[in-house]
Amino acid sequence: MIRLGARRAALFVVALAGVAFLWEFYKLVGPETGGEVFGWRVIPKASDQAMPHTWEMVSRLFDPEVRGKDTPIWLAIVGYSWYTFRMALVGLLLGAVFGIALAIVMARFKVVERGLLPYVIASQTVPLIALAPQVAALGGNWDLPKWMWVAALGAFLAFFPISVATLKGLSSPPPASLELMDSYAASWTTTLVKLRFPAAIPTMVPGVKLGATAAVIGVIVSEISTGVRGVGFAALTYGQKATSDPAQVYTAVFGAAALGLVMFGLVVAIEAVMMRNRPQEAVG
Amino acid sequence: MSAVNPSASAAVVVERTSMVFNRGRSNQVDALADIDLVVAPRDFVALIGPSGCGKSTLLRLIANLIEPTSGTVLVNGKSARQSRLDQDYGMAFQQSGLFEWRTVRKNIELPLELKGWGKSQRRERADEMLELVQLAEFGDHLPWQLSGGMQQRVAIARALAAHPPLLLMDEPFGALDEMTREHMQAELLRICDAADTTVVFVTHSIPEAVYLATRVVVMSARPGRITDVIDVDLGSERDEDTREDDAFFKKITEVREALRSGEATPPASVRGIEDR
Repeated sequence: MIRLGARRAALFVVALAGVAFLWEFYKLVGPETGGEVFGWRVIPKASDQAMPHTWEMVSRLFDPEVRGKDTPIWLAIVGYSWYTFRMALVGLLLGAVFGIALAIVMARFKVVERGLLPYVIASQTVPLIALAPQVAALGGNWDLPKWMWVAALGAFLAFFPISVATLKGLSSPPPASLELMDSYAASWTTTLVKLRFPAAIPTMVPGVKLGATAAVIGVIVSEISTGVRGVGFAALTYGQKATSDPAQVYTAVFGAAALGLVMFGLVVAIEAVMMRNRPQEAVG
Repeated sequence: MSAVNPSASAAVVVERTSMVFNRGRSNQVDALADIDLVVAPRDFVALIGPSGCGKSTLLRLIANLIEPTSGTVLVNGKSARQSRLDQDYGMAFQQSGLFEWRTVRKNIELPLELKGWGKSQRRERADEMLELVQLAEFGDHLPWQLSGGMQQRVAIARALAAHPPLLLMDEPFGALDEMTREHMQAELLRICDAADTTVVFVTHSIPEAVYLATRVVVMSARPGRITDVIDVDLGSERDEDTREDDAFFKKITEVREALRSGEATPPASVRGIEDR
């Protein structure tokens, strides 16, 4: 286990170095002003303005965020990311609770599934960027802190994959297992708790993984349109200074990437706990 | 609604029972027609017949997993439905159907859990059952860590955990290799003898039916009906020598001929029957 972990960590560092190398290599050989292919501007500019040096991005992490203060940018970014992470986590939890509950109701009543599923799918086509300010404005009426609404918008994106995966998982037990529960005269609720739900977990795990990513995206996008000061908001404000300080915006990108990794790690840990009794693929 | 005299003491009574699926539609299937069957306590009844003869359907009727189109099914003197609600029988299928997330012991405890037994009581009985199917040291294993034969033994232990008077089995050894299968048959006889269990056993193997059963019920298809009932008087002490006994082979021949005559109407050969 430890050796596997070390190898993965080494691979990660190698991959990161590879990306940095490609970036610098392109900066070296790419045209300063970009280029055209058949009249399409597709060759990126390699100027310091568009592609700051990787070491500049890294060194920028240790500069103060605002001139005259001592807080280095990395500390500010950690603060923003931590705030976003908590909102995304709340969003994921809310989304999971709602998504699983919805799946159970749909599995129990086929009528509900037929009637509700089209709306559930349609809900995902609503552009979040348009919805976020509306929801935030609505939140003003209830005197709830703004971050709750941002988390709710994360949940709005997270519930969908979780709900669909759970619904599929709940109907996965083989007929013989369902007959077995019937032969015990078990009620629907008992069958849910003892059979359907545990049987659904391997199907639910990928749904939760997608949901976690969706929650992070939902929160970051909603921050931008609601002005809640997480890492998405930081990326926006740094981006506005991109002409004078192009490296700074990448510090926010690093923060968001690290946040995504932590979230993914968390879900993998949940998976390890949930799947510990399941058939191992190596055993086959 | 008529009460018949042998029904009071019988383990299973099936009376003038028919089963039609998709009645009145183009895909209507007459699965069972006019079935009469009485199973006495401690009987071991094997249901044998070609594929589609309704033997599994008959078992499901007795288990009350489906309701008959017409007729009466009594189990332990009660309606099949009441017997299911009272969990008067245990059931085992071709697939062991163990819950992969539960340990072997927890799988055996499942029916007891649903009956509301206490934790220590459950554990005690599960250990007793593990002993009975000779898997005492595998209680904390997970099902997928066991071989197919061992999994099937766990399924039998689960079916017998609540000490039901009746055991319903649907080709429980169908997916096992021949060696494991013969071993499991001997095990099943030993276990049922020890627990005084009545068994209704669906199979499509003639030697399996003859080796296990005190009575072999021969069925034919379309519509499914009982064409013959053959008593197998090989005694209660059956072992590996029984399989080489002349009486054993005679019974196999008798069952085979009964199957062929049952199938005489359509001239096709007896499909889905194993001669080995």
